Amino acid sequence: MAPDMLSMSSQFPILVAIIPLMAAPVCALLRGRNAPWAFTTIASAFAFYVSLQLLLTVASSGPISYELGGWAPPWGIEYVVDLLSGFLLVLISGISTGVLLFARESVVKEIPTSQLGLFFAAYLLALTGMLGICITGDAFNVFVFLEIMSLSSYALIAMGERTDKRALTAAFQYLIIGTVGATFYLIGVGLIYMMTGTLNIADIAARFPEIEGTRPILAAAGFIVIGLAIKLALFPFHVWLPNSYTYAPSIITAFFAGTATKVGVYLLIRFIFTVFGVNYSFTGLELTDILLPLAVLGFLSMSAVAIYQTNIKRLLAYSSVAQLGYMILGLALASESGLTASIVHIFNHAIVKTGLFLSVGCMFYVVGSNYLKDLDGIGRRMPITTFGFVLGGLGLIGVPLTPGFISKWYLVVAALEKGSFIGYGLVALLMVSSLLAVIYIWRVVEVAYFRDPPDGAEKEEAPMSLLVPTWLFILGSFYFGIETSFSVGMAKAAAAFLMGGA
Amino acid sequence: MLLLIAGTMAVLLVRNLFVATMLLGIVSFTMALIFISLDAVDVAFTEAAVGAGISTVLYIGTLALVGSQEKDKPRFAAGPMVICLAVGAVLYYATYEMPRFGEADNPVHTHVAPRYIEDSPTEIGVPNMVTSVLASYRGYDTFGETTVIFTAGIGVLLILRQRRRRKNEDDETDVPLDEGKTGRKGSLSGLGSEHDLIPHVIAKLLIPFIFVFALYVQFHGDYGPGGGFQAGVIFAAGIILYALVFSLEYARHVINEKAILLLISAGVLLYGGVGVASMLLGGNFLDYNVLASDPVAGQHLGILLVELGVGITVTAAMLAIFYAFVGRADLIAAKAEQENN
Repeated sequence: MAPDMLSMSSQFPILVAIIPLMAAPVCALLRGRNAPWAFTTIASAFAFYVSLQLLLTVASSGPISYELGGWAPPWGIEYVVDLLSGFLLVLISGISTGVLLFARESVVKEIPTSQLGLFFAAYLLALTGMLGICITGDAFNVFVFLEIMSLSSYALIAMGERTDKRALTAAFQYLIIGTVGATFYLIGVGLIYMMTGTLNIADIAARFPEIEGTRPILAAAGFIVIGLAIKLALFPFHVWLPNSYTYAPSIITAFFAGTATKVGVYLLIRFIFTVFGVNYSFTGLELTDILLPLAVLGFLSMSAVAIYQTNIKRLLAYSSVAQLGYMILGLALASESGLTASIVHIFNHAIVKTGLFLSVGCMFYVVGSNYLKDLDGIGRRMPITTFGFVLGGLGLIGVPLTPGFISKWYLVVAALEKGSFIGYGLVALLMVSSLLAVIYIWRVVEVAYFRDPPDGAEKEEAPMSLLVPTWLFILGSFYFGIETSFSVGMAKAAAAFLMGGA
Repeated sequence: MLLLIAGTMAVLLVRNLFVATMLLGIVSFTMALIFISLDAVDVAFTEAAVGAGISTVLYIGTLALVGSQEKDKPRFAAGPMVICLAVGAVLYYATYEMPRFGEADNPVHTHVAPRYIEDSPTEIGVPNMVTSVLASYRGYDTFGETTVIFTAGIGVLLILRQRRRRKNEDDETDVPLDEGKTGRKGSLSGLGSEHDLIPHVIAKLLIPFIFVFALYVQFHGDYGPGGGFQAGVIFAAGIILYALVFSLEYARHVINEKAILLLISAGVLLYGGVGVASMLLGGNFLDYNVLASDPVAGQHLGILLVELGVGITVTAAMLAIFYAFVGRADLIAAKAEQENN
């Protein structure tokens, strides 16, 4: 029986996860300089195509459910694609594919050729983990794919050791902290299973109101929220992130900055809005009182810390923690517009940050260093790359016409909706944080344009295979800063769906 | 239970890492006993094989690299202590209002489980219901877990193999690994005791039985406790015993690193291949019903194949980790010997 097109598209939900998964063991066996890369890129692009098809189907005809092994939920495991998960699938597989286009020449400089097969196998596994987490409708299945994603990312970060030995300790630190986070999540899921007898997310949500007042559920919610906060590097659980991002290979930093923490935010939204429900999350648990101060402290303090960094990757890493603060702020406001702002910012920040880290990757390719002191006059040595970085930086600050502006606009709207002095206070603090972002981006601009390049440094651009993908992200960010119907439209629809489904 | 607490406390207090490793093995066995008394035989089996068996060997492999004495003076770490106590307190708090243990009308027993118990004999036809749940109802989770093992194997190879290669690249005078070892009598990492008669004889006697037992566990998982995970670990333990007694060099003749990499991948591909096959036959991913004309026969075939996939990947991943650790020890030893000459 040959699969015709119709049955093929009904298999799309599982294809998203198993294309990269099954590609990984094949990739591990490939040798040579280009074969593993080409194979990985094709697998990732295929996953991107399938994700897009899924999102289009969901947008036109509602959520899709897929029964693994043919067993109906809650007995078997269910895959669910709704607007939010479909949106995340497209984002993750798209960023992965874009970063892979960049990877060919960048990786050869940073990873020994003999290891490329294994390296890309681990990359595919990380991608599998992220996609699997987003698409599954089963709380334990989330944990399994969280483990796949985490283990592979520890290994990938450690691969930065060829350029800097500290990558090993960074990966080890991430391993310890990340394992604690995953264990917390598992304890929470275990407690929920004990109280409901089911692991299916929709089924848990249906049975939740009966038991939501009990102590085991309170403990479970606590464990899950803290476990996920560690995984998504919410301030003050962010300590692992700056080190990991600083010492990981360039493409890994770019890939994770756009995706890994976003998956954590996605899970948090999923649990707060779908499983616990708005009512329990914000009146029972009073999550606003917990998450809002952490988010505000996070974006203020981390933006300030970013100003003092000497390593450009570390500077951007701290800025990432600050930006995560915006996302959490949006969902802590517990309103539809707040949630919209969160989801829009997940998308916008992913594109902007990936573009920025890729342009840093270009600089590293040519100069061989990420430290500001080695980048004097880089604006004259690598004009195209640096200009891209500055444009990306504008997006981070939130200048009009950039996606950062769109995110902040919706955040401000959500904060004003909240009213009272908290709302106005939040708007003021958002402005302060944006000013801090101006300062840390300006520090790079100053080094790049207002200092003389060292003697003998010649004008040398990164090769086209690096520049083109970088600019793809930079221009893409401007496109989504002006033409917002896709990102904002999807986010609005997803937010309405989540709030209505509660 | 008291033994468990005593054991873990002892692990924390003992300063010699070798003793701590042995104690951890004891703790694992105690855990296994507790699982048995809770009627979770499959879990107990896994705990005994993985916790007490393979991790102890890997710990010892690590100790061969780093030495068995702690370097740092014990320090009182207040932060982690507070966190641990807080976690404990929350868990204790949650035990109030928990459903009473073992009551028949608990949510766990009334919602999903009854179908597993009542229908799995007719739907799947495998006497061991744990296997039914693991390999079929929630077979995709098991596929994920196999991938986790695969990821761990890949990660270890990625990190440890690279460093070995690089040393060889940097330092041309360094002996290539294999020649370096054949030139020496046994290896210096405490492996391969060529002159000790008793371990040799005993190991030769034991290893066939270990392999037969592993195969039994592998293929009997449908009927009694066991399955791919446990069998894979036992199989790997057999080869590791061989390597420990007769040196890694001989073990490499049996199965070398290339074959291991091939096998790790093959196991995942076999498991996933079963899923893809069921998709091509018109079912959903991992829907074994379509694999044969009769659904129950299809389930049997599917479970057999995926358990085999699990077994292969687990065996190979364990060996990959062991080889990578011990290979490093051999490298260090080879360097030391060269300097002595």
